[in-house]
Amino acid sequence: MKQDKLKEVAGYPDSMSGRDMHYCPGCTHGIIHRLIGEVIDELKIKEETIGIAPVGCAVLAYDYFDIDMQEASHGRAPAVATGIKRVHPDKMVFTYQGDGDLASIGTAEIIHAANRGEKITTVFVNNAIYGMTGGQMAPTTLLGQKTKTTPRGRSSEETGNPLKVSEMLSMLDGAAYIVRVSTHDLENINKTKQAIKKAFKVQQQGLGFALVEVLSTCPTNWGLSPRQAMEWLEKNMIPEFPPRVFCAPEGVDEL
Amino acid sequence: MGEKKLMKGNEAIAEAAIRAGCRYFFGYPITPQNEIPAYMSRRLPEEGGVFLQAESEVAASNMVYGAAGAGARVMTSSSSPGISLKAEGISYIAAAELPCVIVNMMRGGPGLGGIEPSQSDYFQATKGMAHGNFHLLVMAPSSVQEGVDLMSQAFDLADKYRGPVMLLGDGMIGQMMEPVEFPEKIDPTELPPKEWATDGARGREKNVINSLYLDPDVLENLNWKLQEKYEQMQREDVKYEEYHMEDAVVAVIAYGTAARIALDAVQAAREDGIRVGLIRPITLFPFPEQVIARASAQVDAFLTTELSTGQMVEDVRLAVKGRTPVFFHGRPGGNMLTPEELLEEIKKIRGEVQ
Repeated sequence: MKQDKLKEVAGYPDSMSGRDMHYCPGCTHGIIHRLIGEVIDELKIKEETIGIAPVGCAVLAYDYFDIDMQEASHGRAPAVATGIKRVHPDKMVFTYQGDGDLASIGTAEIIHAANRGEKITTVFVNNAIYGMTGGQMAPTTLLGQKTKTTPRGRSSEETGNPLKVSEMLSMLDGAAYIVRVSTHDLENINKTKQAIKKAFKVQQQGLGFALVEVLSTCPTNWGLSPRQAMEWLEKNMIPEFPPRVFCAPEGVDEL
Repeated sequence: MGEKKLMKGNEAIAEAAIRAGCRYFFGYPITPQNEIPAYMSRRLPEEGGVFLQAESEVAASNMVYGAAGAGARVMTSSSSPGISLKAEGISYIAAAELPCVIVNMMRGGPGLGGIEPSQSDYFQATKGMAHGNFHLLVMAPSSVQEGVDLMSQAFDLADKYRGPVMLLGDGMIGQMMEPVEFPEKIDPTELPPKEWATDGARGREKNVINSLYLDPDVLENLNWKLQEKYEQMQREDVKYEEYHMEDAVVAVIAYGTAARIALDAVQAAREDGIRVGLIRPITLFPFPEQVIARASAQVDAFLTTELSTGQMVEDVRLAVKGRTPVFFHGRPGGNMLTPEELLEEIKKIRGEVQ
């Protein structure tokens, strides 16, 4: 086959820097980063997108995207995004946050950003544990799940139940598009990309706040191999956090 | 300068910020500064700006971080307990080298304290705002007009040093009405572009606003770079005023509201034939340490007076270096100092050092 007949069907996203990532083997942060990069490329918004990195495992996300980025303090990414979006309402602004960042220390910021209908997009990575600090209980940790700070397994009497962020936020009038997806197999990874793309389009059209909750793995802190981690996610997290569309603006399917 | 208007300190300072090109305000209600957000909520939309009442002070200061990083002239205002909550964002703002202005209309503390005027946040404003080696440039007006004048310079200073600037008033400066004149409005779109801002990487390399430096050498360099800015502030932007210091043998040192009361006491003492003067720091950081050091060769004693239990007095002692006795008289806020009690103190000190 001659070289000039080759057609590129997939490549490295232009919106990503190409730097080696620090994520553990089997962690899905890298996949989710790439999906965002592909969406930014496909929507041709690389030069008008500003991302906000969280505190947590994805704290270095600003190194991995080749777009303007701000690093937020723990949990405050939606507040930082609000500041940016209010100054540049014509730009695309997204936050990338984990479960400790968004669902614990940053609950006030995410609820109020959603309630204001802040025209930003949030990618919420839920892996039911604190990764960067070494495997402590997250608000989304499953009942019975052993972590560094729930050595006997999480008990609802002591620490409550897994926090259902998407369910909660979807009750707010300002939330335009709230969806939960997963990364445990190819089919779901593809669905995740479609959800992220829609969440960016919802922002582009000024429809309100959009959040994609992405179920994700943490093989290192779960104490599992990458493959076992995918299986554990499917078996344990999917029943507790069922993937679905919680709310969507009219005509979202055409987006 | 235009006509004189009678205005409340909080509102006059808010108007001065708008005239200085501030178009973004993120805040949270707290007494005694509520007139600032209220004024901004009315005026900023008229100027094409944005007022947003945040869900908390923590969120407000992080919104300021985002907006400042996006290149805007942006401010927030609060009062003592609220500033404690904003401290998180302010540390990140300082580390990421973002220009912004923060107003603190101090009230009595600690804890929830009270809502009456106080100067008990001097330590917090000048030294201990939050974690890390950083300072804000801190200016303390002693009148409504001076609040306007300092606010007019605050944003330029924030840009000059790429860092947070604090206007430190108190409940009295914020609440009282005085006649004020305003400078002409500047057009924020004519300000020099901020090439480091995150406004979309159109035709350029990406910009990152960040305060995480895992490489210890990079972190150390940032710290020394910040330190160089503070040294430059000390060389270029110290502000103070002196009253009756030409022949003074006792120098009263006071800032803000306390300086107004102190000036009355100084004038009364002069009428009693006591050669006393007043040094009024306007910038609290950088502190006018050289003028105080020079005065220590001239006077027999210093009297520092504050609406606190003694905070700025530590900087006075550092500047005096033990060459001259430094006395302190203060009240922690809520209850006011009186010129009469200060006059008594001046007389007592005069007697002791003679």
